[in-house]
Amino acid sequence: MAEKTLTKKDFKPDQDVKWCPGCGDYAILNAVQAACADLGYDRDNVVFVSGIGCSSRFPYYMNTYGFHTIHGRAPAVATGVIAANPDLAMWIVTGDGDALSIGGNHLAHILRRNPNVNILLFNNEIYGLTKGQYSPTSPEGTRTKTSPMGSVDHPFNPLSFALGCNATFVARTVDTHMKHMATILKAAAAHEGTSFVEIYQNCVIFNDGAFDEHTDKKVRDERTIDLEPGQPMIYGKERDKGLKVDGFQVVRCAPEEASIWDPTVQSAAPAFQMSTLDHDPEMPNPLGIFRAVKSETFDRAINDQVDAAVEKKGDGTLEDLIYTGELWEVS
Amino acid sequence: MTSSTQTDAQLPVEDTETVVIRFAGDSGDGMQLTGNQFTTTSALAGNDLATLPDYPAEIRAPAGTRAGVSGFQLAFSSKDIHTPGDQPDVLVAMNPAALAVNIDQLKPGGLVIANTSNFGDKDLEKAQLESNPLTDGSLDGFRVIEIDINKRVSEALADSGLSNRDVQRCKNLYTLGLMYWLYSRNPEPTEEWLQVKFGEKKPELAAANIKALRAGYNAGDIHQLFQGRYQVKKCEELEPGTYRNIMGNPALALGLIAGAKLADLKLFLGSYPITPASTILEALASFKNYGVITAQMEDEIAAICSAIGASFAGRLGVTTTSGPGMALKTEAMGLALMTELPLVIVNVQRGGPCTGLPTKTEQADLNQAIFGRNGESPMPVLACSTVADAFECAIEACRIAVEYMTPVILLTDGYIANGSEPWRLPKIDELPKITSKVVKGGHGGNGEAFMPYARDEKGARPWAVPGTPGLAHRIGGLEKAHLTGDVCYDPENHEFMVHARNDKVMAVRETIPTPKVSGPESGDVLVLGWGSTYGAITDACDRVRKQGKQVSQMHMRHLWPLPKGLDEIFARFERVLVPEINMGQLARLLRGEYPGVEVHSYGRVKGLPLQAQEITEEILRILEK
Repeated sequence: MAEKTLTKKDFKPDQDVKWCPGCGDYAILNAVQAACADLGYDRDNVVFVSGIGCSSRFPYYMNTYGFHTIHGRAPAVATGVIAANPDLAMWIVTGDGDALSIGGNHLAHILRRNPNVNILLFNNEIYGLTKGQYSPTSPEGTRTKTSPMGSVDHPFNPLSFALGCNATFVARTVDTHMKHMATILKAAAAHEGTSFVEIYQNCVIFNDGAFDEHTDKKVRDERTIDLEPGQPMIYGKERDKGLKVDGFQVVRCAPEEASIWDPTVQSAAPAFQMSTLDHDPEMPNPLGIFRAVKSETFDRAINDQVDAAVEKKGDGTLEDLIYTGELWEVS
Repeated sequence: MTSSTQTDAQLPVEDTETVVIRFAGDSGDGMQLTGNQFTTTSALAGNDLATLPDYPAEIRAPAGTRAGVSGFQLAFSSKDIHTPGDQPDVLVAMNPAALAVNIDQLKPGGLVIANTSNFGDKDLEKAQLESNPLTDGSLDGFRVIEIDINKRVSEALADSGLSNRDVQRCKNLYTLGLMYWLYSRNPEPTEEWLQVKFGEKKPELAAANIKALRAGYNAGDIHQLFQGRYQVKKCEELEPGTYRNIMGNPALALGLIAGAKLADLKLFLGSYPITPASTILEALASFKNYGVITAQMEDEIAAICSAIGASFAGRLGVTTTSGPGMALKTEAMGLALMTELPLVIVNVQRGGPCTGLPTKTEQADLNQAIFGRNGESPMPVLACSTVADAFECAIEACRIAVEYMTPVILLTDGYIANGSEPWRLPKIDELPKITSKVVKGGHGGNGEAFMPYARDEKGARPWAVPGTPGLAHRIGGLEKAHLTGDVCYDPENHEFMVHARNDKVMAVRETIPTPKVSGPESGDVLVLGWGSTYGAITDACDRVRKQGKQVSQMHMRHLWPLPKGLDEIFARFERVLVPEINMGQLARLLRGEYPGVEVHSYGRVKGLPLQAQEITEEILRILEK
């Protein structure tokens, strides 16, 4: 299959896509199918693994290998898949409830282990498939059927969470920003190790406009900043505003004073700092690549140990396995 | 006790057939090591043997207390034996708590070897004893040998240059040496083992331990503590072959590796440490040169899920746990069942429910294994009956998982896990061949759509591994359409698939043998067991027969599906007696499956193995009915 280069269409299966009309998931699906073609993927070598929720239906809509698992457990299943075959292109699709509520433990651990997988977290700040309950990323005070007087839970910030787990690649993009999404998906795929991408995804039914404050086309340029590796942190329609690091603070400044954004610094602290700007009305909300550092991957390391053991002790046979230790004969 | 010979020391050596020793001390006293060394040495001397370690869940409970007592029971024999013995002949008690906890089980007239160094007022208080059992007459009826082991070890190692603390840590070797002398055992294998263990890194510790071992050995001659010595001759009843001594969990680990190799697959173990299953994970982690990957995951759920992922990607996924972990894995078992991927789930049962009795044994997870999932979710279940059987059962579990594309539950328990016995090694060419359902590709290009849920004559679907050209497909926990595997909510399809999955599991019956009846083929009572009670039931049936009465025995390996032919066997007996370490779980299953059969349940749930004596009494009681 690898001889011919596949197009975006080759990654579309014959299944009907069953998300609500207008759902942000359609845009993401399109972007991912396009990215698979752009990356030159052989579809027989690609695996999409998901948990449970609207976003987790994703593998059914990709003409690749796919595994729709159980709620919250996609990272654990994917860890087994990639350990068994590190040559696969491995993608996890999850949502805010799947990844950060029921699956919080597995998300933390896949990030610290750093297997070579790409995690797409569709964050819509609501439970969609169960019809509109508040999620672990819903802002405090969110009114839903299970929180009629407003939720009292403090929300997770997915990027802060990932950075706290020492994730080696952390990025954020938006479902309505196709070009940006394409860039981020390709950067995530290129990263060796676990790539964690939060995608602001609009749920038209239960939480419509959740991200408009930052991502609506009318305000987007003023209310977001794209963190581009090696570039000064400048934003605004007129590119007239900047951000700089001042001690332990990030502050607004003139564009010429803006700090150069470097996601490759070993410490996760600067990225963490940027991740906390999302609810500061005075500051732009960062998108783009927060962190991209090199680190050994779980799947390679665990297979390297097997190779090293074989090299040292030889490829074990059944005879070696059983007829060993202190043996004696009974005749 | 048939003949006597004289040794150099002019003490008579009496032949004896079977000896049961229990070593007991603080959990820091090294009793497990002492027991294991005695076991290895006895195995090398050609005895048949069986062991029962009994240790607290706490790593180091307060020293000298009853909670901190760690025991190791060992039976060694010149005859074929099946259990570590109901009652010890010899109790080695390193402190008053060890004596107090174990004395009730000692055979009347049995031998107590007491370390008198630890019988001061404070020691007695810690052991909750109001008076000193060595002097208050409570040991009347036993032979008591008192030795100040701490003092003897200090004397023996006076020149060692070691701290007093290190010197005292050698007292278990002194005790072992004394027992070697008493049972005419060669101490050399232990000396060699100590050299290897401490080796070049800590030669002074190797030397001190060897010196303590020899001092204990020589003490038998020098101090004239005993009137005579014993010897247990080589067991002539063992089947010819090559043997090694092994514990249940390592045997099971070897079986898993062998099962994968026989199927031409590589093993992936996803696990999470839990007593008493952790030693399987530890064992497999040391076999990487057999292509084994072990992943110690973040929890029980991640453990099984990683194994499912590995199976999806073409390895043989295995997960190992104990009862509470099984509870956590339940939903994921359903995923493996629904996606029809091979998976072996090992449950080393312990006392339940909930956290229960982590270091004790029980058979109370049978219902959970057979029925414990949501929806119609049949899964093959099998159980090991002995340490050596753990190896074979692991291979059998791999065979069923791989050939039928199904998760399989293998039950074992704490008693088998930690017990040891001589294992007659199988001939490599006699091991079964396992044929996997892996599809090598070939569907690409010819326009023919790949059907991931098309079934073979057994009902098993193909195993198309990611990376295989032309077979890209999606699986998941939602109901599957027949053939295509697409998500399908159609009511007729659901019913069809529920039956297809069940038929597949029931088809396993075609490849499993009907269990053999030992003893008469028909009669009054058939004693039917499963799992680790095999030895105790076998002994009990022997005892009943020695009384001139007839009884038959049958032991089940496959618990779901039940093998064919059971109804015909049951029809030949008046009643079936089912001894189990639970409240009658197999008995209830049999009553449901074979309603006409008179099933008597004998259930005991003490966290201990069943004893041959109690089963004997129950058989006799039933025979008199």
